[in-house]
Amino acid sequence: MTHAENLPGWAAILVSLLLLLGAGLGLVGAIGLLRLRNFYERVHAPTLGTTLGIGSILLASMLFFTVLQARPVLHEVLIGVFMVLTTPVTLMLLARAALYRDRREGSAEVPRSTTGEG
Amino acid sequence: MRRVLPFPWVSAALLLLWLLLQGSLGPGSLLLGGALALVGGWLLAVLDPPRTRLRRPLAALRLAWVVLVEVFRSNNAVARLILAPTTRGRSSGFVRIPLDMRNPAGLAALACILTATPGTVWAEYDSARGIMLLHVLDLIDEAEWVRIIKDRYEARLMEIFE
Amino acid sequence: MTAMILSWSVFLAQLMLALGMGCTIWRVARGPRAQDRVLALDTFYVLAAMLLLVFGIRTGSVVYFEAALVISLLGFVATAALSKFLMRGEVIE
Repeated sequence: MTHAENLPGWAAILVSLLLLLGAGLGLVGAIGLLRLRNFYERVHAPTLGTTLGIGSILLASMLFFTVLQARPVLHEVLIGVFMVLTTPVTLMLLARAALYRDRREGSAEVPRSTTGEG
Repeated sequence: MRRVLPFPWVSAALLLLWLLLQGSLGPGSLLLGGALALVGGWLLAVLDPPRTRLRRPLAALRLAWVVLVEVFRSNNAVARLILAPTTRGRSSGFVRIPLDMRNPAGLAALACILTATPGTVWAEYDSARGIMLLHVLDLIDEAEWVRIIKDRYEARLMEIFE
Repeated sequence: MTAMILSWSVFLAQLMLALGMGCTIWRVARGPRAQDRVLALDTFYVLAAMLLLVFGIRTGSVVYFEAALVISLLGFVATAALSKFLMRGEVIE
């Protein structure tokens, strides 16, 4: 990592902390996928990575390139905005698909539908 | 004005997106981004989405802050739950929450906020009765959750959208 | 000294993300149900995007940003299509 030699110390420390926080949250979310007991519990696990996890890695990347190139590098914001918009949609779709499938099989674990369909 | 820029905010966002992707403010990227913004606005006008108005931008900013704080807090809480040595003493489950809000944009915003915060996932909404089904990872007291959602989010969203 | 701290934390971050991707692969393989697999695949995409961003910091190149953007786009479309498929058995109704 020779390109990072002339990065000031405070920026290097801050980028390191943000990277470790983000990657740690991503890992905890993935461990949650393994440890939690049923699908509806596991749906909660990836949100750790998709909110604060990717957020802090994006912040680290923005800070790193902005300080290194001495000009604002902000395009990481796009991934952030995109993640914020898409994660709820995918998780809701998945939760609804799972509910639908479980109800079709007459599972006792999920509450009955109030709308009458599905 | 409405013919040229039917959705000024969407067009502005498209222009900003283009400039961010290009990473420059040169005349070339401004021109191409402007064209993209105009055409994007027209395409959206053809699709004719339902229009909503943000009534109180300041209240929306305050809500964004509340959500940000909540995201930090619940990230911490859910990480602890996942790494806890035993799962005993914790129960997850579904809660039905009656909502007074009927505005579709407000409901969509509520769904996104709840799903994006770790620990809660919006599962279903019964539009005839106005009842939503929420899955909560750490469910201790159902009445408490109903109160939290109504006070913290629904009241603010109704103020913003209705 | 600080450059060393940075390169170590980049390495650790990559290790953690790779481990996390391993966990999601395990869940994709184990299931038990289709929705578990789709959820794990979605998490895999997010972790891959994060890993690419860390690679970008490691190499100091901006190219990885675009790869991360494409991966997150693909992940969203794939998961949305798969969830629709799980719900009705068809992607487009």
